[in-house]
Amino acid sequence: MKISELRQDIFRPLCLPDPDRDIRGVYMGDLLSWVMGRAEEDNAWITIMSNRNVIAVASLISVSCVILTEDVTLDADVLALAEQKEINIFTTALSSYDACIALYRMLNE
Amino acid sequence: MSEPLVFQFDVDGNDFTSAGRASVQVKKLLRELGLPADVIRRVSIAMYEGEINMVIHANGGVAEVRVDERDITIILTDRGPGIPDVNLAMQEGYSTATRSIQSLGFGAGMGLPNMKRYTDEMRIDTEVGVGTTITMVIHLPQPQ
Repeated sequence: MKISELRQDIFRPLCLPDPDRDIRGVYMGDLLSWVMGRAEEDNAWITIMSNRNVIAVASLISVSCVILTEDVTLDADVLALAEQKEINIFTTALSSYDACIALYRMLNE
Repeated sequence: MSEPLVFQFDVDGNDFTSAGRASVQVKKLLRELGLPADVIRRVSIAMYEGEINMVIHANGGVAEVRVDERDITIILTDRGPGIPDVNLAMQEGYSTATRSIQSLGFGAGMGLPNMKRYTDEMRIDTEVGVGTTITMVIHLPQPQ
């Protein structure tokens, strides 16, 4: 499934510099080293963390997007960094758990 | 490539928000060298973990990356407090990071284990009160 095919009424894009990326699997986690150790390339990464290090980690492990849950957003400078590093970022009102379920449904439709 | 390529980076110990600068640069350099994506990913993750450790624990240091035909070698050197018990530090989940560091998403006790996981060889030389040098080697796939 392509990033651009996500339902944007549920996952609202904050920046989409690379919309043709595929989502292959999902990883949820807030501890960055844990995510670096376990998440796989092209996963959608679900987290509530929103500092600059999230962008660095997303770039290093090549996830296809970061989905911020519970209506978390990014500060302007972090958003600018995400654009620069070409990291797709979404936000959603859903909890991380509910975001996983919603993604599961979209991925398996 | 007969002479190894050597890249050096200063890791700023005071700047938590820019930690990862060296690893991102290395990632870019390795891409330009045309190395396999999997190798680049492992090198940059291992180096990022090391960089973060130097910022959290050692007030920065120096990162050196050497590339030759066979291997990529990452050497991280700091003059931090040293690691009193390396076996303990290598255990997944063990961390001495403060709560404020943890609130940034670090301090999961996965840094050193990840560095080991993503590299083919890792060696820790450390002395309490003097500093730590970590050497990591990732083998490059050889033509058959």
